[in-house]
Amino acid sequence: MSERNVHPPGDERVRHLMMAELDREISGKGRRELESALEENPGLRDELASYQRLKEVTDTMAPLKPPEETWDSYWEHVYRRLERGIGWVLVSLGTIIVGTWALWAAVSELIRDTTMPAYIRWSMLALIAGFVILFVSVVRERLFMQKKDPYKDVVR
Amino acid sequence: MNSSEATDRMLVLRAQRGERAAFGELVTRYMQRAYFTALGLVGNHDDALDLSQEAFARAFRARARIDPERPFFPWLYQIIRRLCFNHTRDQRLHRLKLEKAGSWLTDTTMGRRPLSPDQAVMRSELREQVGAAIERLPERERETLVLREFEELRYREIAELLGIPIGTVMSRLYRARRSLAREMEATGTRPGRGGGAGDE
Repeated sequence: MSERNVHPPGDERVRHLMMAELDREISGKGRRELESALEENPGLRDELASYQRLKEVTDTMAPLKPPEETWDSYWEHVYRRLERGIGWVLVSLGTIIVGTWALWAAVSELIRDTTMPAYIRWSMLALIAGFVILFVSVVRERLFMQKKDPYKDVVR
Repeated sequence: MNSSEATDRMLVLRAQRGERAAFGELVTRYMQRAYFTALGLVGNHDDALDLSQEAFARAFRARARIDPERPFFPWLYQIIRRLCFNHTRDQRLHRLKLEKAGSWLTDTTMGRRPLSPDQAVMRSELREQVGAAIERLPERERETLVLREFEELRYREIAELLGIPIGTVMSRLYRARRSLAREMEATGTRPGRGGGAGDE
């Protein structure tokens, strides 16, 4: 059902007034304006009545309260996250340094190893280089490109 | 600046100097509001708890960017809503299948007056249907509705929190309520007629 078929032109104001009426935020002037619109259009009155019935239902509902213990340990959980954050930074830093060193050592060893046929050594180097490029590319996409994605806030 | 904002300012300044205890006090002041905000946006206790706690952790890491002269919660709210929206974008399709939708709401009239077993079942079904219908709303409409209905904020407060004009608040509420009313009609639920509040 199209909105345009339900209300006369300029109805955005009437919609706002209906909401203000439901939420008790309407002014005296607004109420008079709404009453006049309702008198002119019985369809609007039915529509407002359906929102009033809905409002009666939502007014009797509230979000479920969690168990009281939730609040006792809440800060403790946040604090643990802060500690873990520092832990993750250190682990990541260490992994990057140790990983880079290990890779460098492995590549150097491979180049120096003359017992292995040259084509195998170069193939292994190509394999390692390929993995490094793929890894860096994926990380770069995750970290930088996603942030700049103009469509990331579009709801599918 | 009222006394609550003055306390926030003092706690933010202390937290910015690295005092975790001061940040802990901020957490204690706002944990319930943060949790219920997240619950309204994701509709699940465990997720709301996890996301609200994560929001505080991120707020602490970004504490240098907090403006102590402005209220703390609206700043935190931006982190919570971003986390929750990202979460629901990932989880929505899975969660819709889980038939858990709607279980995050409770009926505040329960226990106040005796209901027959039939009425109790009907009320419970209605609550779950409304809760599930709210979960299916587009995120911005849902957010605005939750702030109005369950946080009981006034239009001006919602507009300030979301950084939008009051007219946009009313338009979003209108669209949200229209969708809910239509969904209730489509599922045969007639609030106020078939087990709704007006029935009792």
